Amino acid sequence: MNVLVITEQRDAKLNPTSFEALAAGQQIAAETQGRLVGVVVGKGVAGLADELAKIKLDEVWLAEHDLLEAYTPDGYTTALSQVIVQAKPDLILLPHTYQVRDFAPKLAASLGKGMIGDCVGYRNENGKLVFVRQMFQGRTAADVVFVGDGPWFASLQAGAFRGDQLAQGAAKAPVRAAAVELRPEQIRTKPMELFREAKQAVDLTQAPILVAVGRGIKALENIALVEKLAQALGAELCASRPICDEGWLPMDRQIGSSGQTVAPKLYLALGISGAIQHVVGMKGSRTIVAINKDANAPIFEVADYGIVGDIFELIPALTEELSKST
Amino acid sequence: MKILACIKQVPAKDAPLAIAEGGAWIREADVSFEMNEPDSFALEEALRLKEKHGGEVVVLSMGPERVKQTIKEALAKGADRGIHIADDIFFELDPLGSARSLAAAIAKESPDLVLTGLQSDDHGFGQTGVLLAALLGLPHATLIMQIELTDGRMKLKRELEAGWFQWVEAPLPAVLTIQSGINKVRYATLKGIMAAKKKELATISRESLGVTGEATQRIERIYVPQKSKKTEFITGTPKEAAGKLIEKLRHEARVL
Repeated sequence: MNVLVITEQRDAKLNPTSFEALAAGQQIAAETQGRLVGVVVGKGVAGLADELAKIKLDEVWLAEHDLLEAYTPDGYTTALSQVIVQAKPDLILLPHTYQVRDFAPKLAASLGKGMIGDCVGYRNENGKLVFVRQMFQGRTAADVVFVGDGPWFASLQAGAFRGDQLAQGAAKAPVRAAAVELRPEQIRTKPMELFREAKQAVDLTQAPILVAVGRGIKALENIALVEKLAQALGAELCASRPICDEGWLPMDRQIGSSGQTVAPKLYLALGISGAIQHVVGMKGSRTIVAINKDANAPIFEVADYGIVGDIFELIPALTEELSKST
Repeated sequence: MKILACIKQVPAKDAPLAIAEGGAWIREADVSFEMNEPDSFALEEALRLKEKHGGEVVVLSMGPERVKQTIKEALAKGADRGIHIADDIFFELDPLGSARSLAAAIAKESPDLVLTGLQSDDHGFGQTGVLLAALLGLPHATLIMQIELTDGRMKLKRELEAGWFQWVEAPLPAVLTIQSGINKVRYATLKGIMAAKKKELATISRESLGVTGEATQRIERIYVPQKSKKTEFITGTPKEAAGKLIEKLRHEARVL
């Protein structure tokens, strides 16, 4: 099976999830005796293509155009559909980033094909690829297979494959320029500068202990309870997205795909169900404790220690226990 | 301005899920349903745009008879009329198949703006909005946190990853997917609920849309995920459990 991996770059730097997608590509190409092609998209990114050529793959395709300098879904879709028609892969892999979510379904649809999005893994059943993804906010997993002829598209959840296990090539792979035709009028949206809103008051990535709170906390006035526990632990307080959406904690304390990614030595998840958008931001933590009233909450899948119970009883009990024994 | 909001009905957040015989969907008899939360933000944004700029809000949903309840909720919140694409086996559709059906119904309405949530809390494909744009031949932008509309052009604030944002300009008509948290969603008032009873709710069958095209993917089965870690569950009264946990964090995990 010939695999084509579309990498993602910003400011001429490859997104780390691109390496994870390439690692998956190496694995699938090896298992199915296929070729692996990596694609770099943008303007003035030949250096990245050269960098990519060092890893173990058969070819790097460089899709460059003045109109690809800034990302637009129209520009990327038009250019990449041309690359796919020229390269004729069977399977196209992409990292499941916000940018990929923005253009990849359209790219697949423009070729009359479908994408299995946000995969956490795959199984090779005698040559048939079965992709595993989550449903119901992580409460169930699903085995999904492609139907009909390729090319097939799949995007891969951050952390599903190991970018650091990428095999390097014995020799540099050839870099090839793809023919890209793009006209300004094909790009209907106009992107402007990227910006960051709030000054990041806290760098949660540096905190050794994090106490995270989710929907289970129910109301703003209950945040004080969690603050006390965080204090007793010498921890920083953080939250899943809904808490920050409500304004109960500032946005810069959000953990997950739209917030910060952390890996502290201890992460306490209190009243957090464990939707994938949150889990991707904290699953690398050394020790994870989850407290939730629902024994089936997906957060327990990544927890080292779990307590099924009422956080309104357990949070004060933990705070008290810590204050008396230190 | 005519705004069309696509809303999905999904199992309630804390509904216990049991996997159906055959293994590719849940046992519906056991669960209650609600409006997909990301879509409720899209509906709210549609209502606010109408309040500011005038026009009409049409809500569209696909699924079995139960879906009407969610459309009625949207009408009670202030949408002007509803369209229900009736289909009992909509959950078997792949993202492209669902989008093809929705797009066929939307095309008949020729809205100025199509809004939907960024993803559904059941399938979680997260593709519908973008696919609608592709199928309708419209420009799109996703993960929108703010919409400024002037003279038929939009200035949109897109959320990117890790705290980054971007302003994007887009023409009308267009498709936008709305990021959760963009607004505070309103509740239906009693007056709204009464008014909704007189509003139009049209039902069309999915077959009548004449949508063709093969499925591109199939869910073979759903199941309770295998644990990636062995979780040690701590039991006892809250006081006992707290004590045991602290003890383990100190002496077993050695993280305190």
